[in-house]
Amino acid sequence: MTALPTPLPTPLTDWIAAKGWSLHPHQTEMLARANAPATLLIAPTGGGKTLAGFLPTLAELGQNPAPGLHTLYISPLKALTADIRRNLRTPIEGANLQIRVEDRTGDTTQTARKRQRADPPHILLTTPESLALLLSYEDSAKIFANLQRVIIDELHALAESKRGDQLTLLLARLQTLRPNLRRIGLSATVEDPPALAQYLSPNTQILQADPGPNPDISMLSTPQPPPWSGGGGRYAIPEILNQIKAHRTTLVFHNTRAQAELFFHHLWLANEDSLPIGIHHGSLSREQRERVETAMAAGQLRAVVCTGSLDLGIDWGDVDLVIQVGAPKNVKRLVQRIGRANHRYNAPSKALLVPANRFEVVECQAALDAARAHTLDGEPRGAGPRDVLCQHILITACAGPFSADALYAEVQTAGPYHALTRPDFDATLDFVATGGYALRAYDRWQRLKLTNGQWRLRDPRTAAIIRQNLGTIIDIETLKVRIKGRLGGQPLGEVEESFASTLTTGDTFLIGGEIVRYEGLKEMTVEVTRTPGRDPKVAVFSGSKFATSTVLTDRILEIFQADTWPDLPPHTAHWLALQRTTSRLPTRTRLLLESFPHDNREHLCIYGFAGRNAQQTLGLLITKQMEDQGLAPLGFVATDYATLIWGLEPVTNPTPLFAPETLRHGLESWLNNNALMKRSFRAVAIIAGLIERSCQGRRKSGRQATFSSDILYDTLRKYDPDHLLLQITKEEAMRGMIDFSRIEELLARVENRIDLIRLPRVTPLAAPLFLEPGKVPIHGKGREKLAESAAAALMQAAGLS
Amino acid sequence: MHHALTLGNETLHALPSGALYWPAQRLLAVSDLHFGKSNRLARRGGSLLPPYETAATLGKLDADIAAQNPATVLCLGDSFDDLDAAESLSETDSLWLTRLMAGRDWIWVLGNHDPAPTGISGTHKEQAKIGPLTFRHIADPSQSNEISGHYHPKAQLAGRSRPCFLADTRRIIMPACGTYTGGLWSHDSSLADLMQPKALAILTGPKALAIPMPR
Repeated sequence: MTALPTPLPTPLTDWIAAKGWSLHPHQTEMLARANAPATLLIAPTGGGKTLAGFLPTLAELGQNPAPGLHTLYISPLKALTADIRRNLRTPIEGANLQIRVEDRTGDTTQTARKRQRADPPHILLTTPESLALLLSYEDSAKIFANLQRVIIDELHALAESKRGDQLTLLLARLQTLRPNLRRIGLSATVEDPPALAQYLSPNTQILQADPGPNPDISMLSTPQPPPWSGGGGRYAIPEILNQIKAHRTTLVFHNTRAQAELFFHHLWLANEDSLPIGIHHGSLSREQRERVETAMAAGQLRAVVCTGSLDLGIDWGDVDLVIQVGAPKNVKRLVQRIGRANHRYNAPSKALLVPANRFEVVECQAALDAARAHTLDGEPRGAGPRDVLCQHILITACAGPFSADALYAEVQTAGPYHALTRPDFDATLDFVATGGYALRAYDRWQRLKLTNGQWRLRDPRTAAIIRQNLGTIIDIETLKVRIKGRLGGQPLGEVEESFASTLTTGDTFLIGGEIVRYEGLKEMTVEVTRTPGRDPKVAVFSGSKFATSTVLTDRILEIFQADTWPDLPPHTAHWLALQRTTSRLPTRTRLLLESFPHDNREHLCIYGFAGRNAQQTLGLLITKQMEDQGLAPLGFVATDYATLIWGLEPVTNPTPLFAPETLRHGLESWLNNNALMKRSFRAVAIIAGLIERSCQGRRKSGRQATFSSDILYDTLRKYDPDHLLLQITKEEAMRGMIDFSRIEELLARVENRIDLIRLPRVTPLAAPLFLEPGKVPIHGKGREKLAESAAAALMQAAGLS
Repeated sequence: MHHALTLGNETLHALPSGALYWPAQRLLAVSDLHFGKSNRLARRGGSLLPPYETAATLGKLDADIAAQNPATVLCLGDSFDDLDAAESLSETDSLWLTRLMAGRDWIWVLGNHDPAPTGISGTHKEQAKIGPLTFRHIADPSQSNEISGHYHPKAQLAGRSRPCFLADTRRIIMPACGTYTGGLWSHDSSLADLMQPKALAILTGPKALAIPMPR
C-alpha cells in the first residue's frame, strides 16, 4: 500500500477495527490522493462514497483539531445534509474525535446561522444556495479563512442545472480566498466522466471504484392491464402491496408529487394489513419529511412513496426493493433510482418498473433494454448562462468592492464560464450596474458605482434585498384549491397558476384524489365543487417535467417496427396491433399525422417522437401557421411522443406546415411572442436580479402594485430588442424549453415523408393525449370568437343583454 | 370597438384601450398612467426596470387622442408614479406630452401617487365636476354619477385576465392605462363592496367586451 499523506487518527482506525470493518480499496485510495487539487470519485451507491470523501478530512483534522472551518460539504438536497450529519456522527463519536459537524440550509434557524458565522464548525454541510448567501457577507473571507477542502456530493445532479453553474462560480470565489483549496466530487451515475471531471476543475483526477454487480430489474406483471391514459399506477396497487409484503423495505418512486400523493392515498385505502408506509416529497413540510426519514432510518417503515426528493444519496441500508411507477423518461435517472435498493456494496439492486398507462409499457420496455445494455443518456450542457453570472456579480458586490479585471479572471476559472469572452462579461457587468439599456436612463441611479477602479453597491442597503433573492431555483407560482363556500379549513391542494388560468367554469379536474368542478377564482384561491363520478377533463399540472431522452424514443420507435411483440404484455401488444389496423404505427423515417373530429372540435395529432419540449415547440409553431391560414386553432397539448392540436377547422394539407424553412422562419418571429418565452424570461429576470421573487413580506399586500413580468418582456421586445436579458432568454429557450435541435433532428430523419390520415374518430394511440395535463391555449381569432360568444351567453344568463 | 355605457343620462364609450370617451363633451378620460415608475424604483435603490414605460404609455394615449380627437383630456389621478417622477421625465417624453397637450384642454386630477400639482401645464384639480358627472381618483361610496380610477380592476374571461372597467348605474371605475401596472381582481372585496349587484365588467383588449362583473 502507498504511504498515506496523513494517516487516519489512531482512535478512528481502532474503532473501525473494533467494528470488524475494513476500508474499500477506493476509500484507501482517496486517502492516498489527499493532496491532489481535485478528485472525482465515481462509485456505486452503497460503496461508502461519502465516507471516502470525508476520510482525508478526518485524517487531517485528527483527534483534537484547532477551531476553524476545515471542510465544506455541498449537496443538492437539504435532506442529504441532515443524513450525512447523522452518518458522520457515528464514527466521530465512536472514536471520540473532537470534531464539530453542523449543517446550514434554508431550514437552519437564524440564531444558529449567526453563531456559525462567528464560530464555524470544523465541517459545515450545506447547499449551493446557502453557500451563495455565506459568500455574500462582508466577513466571508474571515468565515473561510482556514478552509482546506470542499466536497461536492451527487456532482452529476448539480452539473445538470443552473444550481451547478452557480456552484462553479462560488467555488472559483472560494479558490480565490483559499488558493490551496482541494476539491472532491462524488458521483454514482456518470455518462461522461471526463466532462464531469472538467466541470469540477480543469486539473481533476478521476478515481473509478468497482461498479458492482448488474441490477435485477423487470416490469411488474399485473392481471389487470394498465389504463389507457393517466399517470398514477393505481391499477397496480394490489400487486405493489404484495411486493411490499414480500420485502423488508420498498421505495415506491413517482415522477411527480401529485401522483405520489394520489397513489399514497389509494395505497393506504387498500392497505388492509396496516403495513407502516410513509410518504416523502418536496412539497411536504420539513417536520413531516423528517418524521418519515427518522422512522425509515430506524427501520420502522415497510415502504415509502416518494419522488425525486429521494433520488439522491440518503443512506437507508435496509431498502431491498425499488419500484418505479411511471416511465422513468431517462435511463440515467432509472439507474440512479435502482441504486437506492440494497445500499450495500456488491449486492445486486432489485427493481420493478410499473408502467402507468399503455404507452408507458412500451417506454418501460425500452428503458429496461437500455439499462441492461448500460446505455446512459445525457446531453452536454453548454456554456454557463449569464443570468447566473449577473447574480454572482451581485453576490460579489454585496461582499465588498471588486475590480472588473480580477472578477473576470476568477469567473473564467469556473468550468462552464471558461470560454466567456470579455465583451460578454462586460455587458453582463453593465447590466448589473446600469440596467444595460440602449436608453441610458439610470446614470444617477446605478445599482453599482465605479470609484477608483472598484465596483461597489451605490446604496449598501440594497444588499438585504439582493440576499433575499439569491438562488437559481424558481418556484412555480401556485394557487390554493378550496371547496366553494367553505371558509377556512384545509385546502384540497395547490395547482400551478398557469394551469388555473386555463380553466373555465365547468371544467373538471383531479386534485387530492377527487374530481372537482372549477367554479371560479376568489382572492387568489381556486374555488371548486365536488363532482363525483364525472371524468375529469383536465388533470393537475404539477412537478418537474423531463423530456424523454433520444436514447429512449429511438428504442420505442424500434419496438414499433416489430411484427409482433412477444416481450410486451398482451394488452399492450393488442393495443399496438389495433393502432396498426385502424391507422398506422409511427416510424423513425416518416412523420405520421392523424386528423379526426372529436367533441365538436377538429383535432390534429403529430407523432414526432421528439421529446416533450420539442413537441411543445412544434405545437406552438404549427398552431401559429394554422392561425395564419384561418384554421382557428384553440389549443394544444404535447407529450414526449406527440402533439395534439384542436381547433375549429380541419387541417387538409400538412406539407406546407412542416416545411423546414417555414418552421425556422416561424421560430424566429414566434420566439419573440409566446408564453414559453415569457416563462423563461421570468426565471431569467429573477435570477439576474431584475425582478424580485414574489411573496416576500414587503410585497405581501402588493395587490395591484405588482405587475406581470410579461409586461417587461413585451416592453423590452419593443424598445430594446437586443437587451442582454432577451439574449439570455432566447439562448435558454433554444436549448431547454424550445429544444429546436430535436425538431431539426426530426425534420432531417423524415425529410418530407409526411403521412396525413383522416379518420372518423380518435385513434388508439391518440386517445391518451386527451387526458394529458398542461394544455396550452392559443389566444387567436378562434378564442376571440369563443370569448365573444361566452360574454354574450353570460350577459344573457344574467338577463343583462 | 367600444362598449357604450350610460351614467347620469350621459352616454360614455368604454374604449378597448382602457380610455373612456364622452362624445357630448368631446372628453377623453384616462386613469392611473403611472408615468416614471421605473425611475422611481431606481431612485429608491430597487430594480433597474426597462425605462420605456412612459414612452409606451404615451404611445397608447397618442393613439386614443388621434382616433377620438378630444377637445379635453382628463387624467384621473396617479398620472405620475410620484411627484419627483414628474420632474424627471426625459426630454423626449416631455416634448411628446407637450405635443399631445397642444390645442386642447388638459385636466390633471390628483391621485395618491401625485397628491399635489406638478409643474406640468394644464389644470390641476382635486376632483373635476363636469355636467352631471364627477371625476375623482378614489371612489366615494356615498356618491353617485361618479367616475374614478385607483383600483386597477381586472377580470378573467375565457382563461385570460384583462384590465377592465367596472360600471353600474351609480359609478364607473376605470382600468389603469399605465404600462407597468398590475391589476386587482374585480372579486376583491374592496371592489365588490363598491359595486351594485348588476354591475358590469367591460374587459379591455382587441375589443371592449362586457360581462357581468365577476364576484
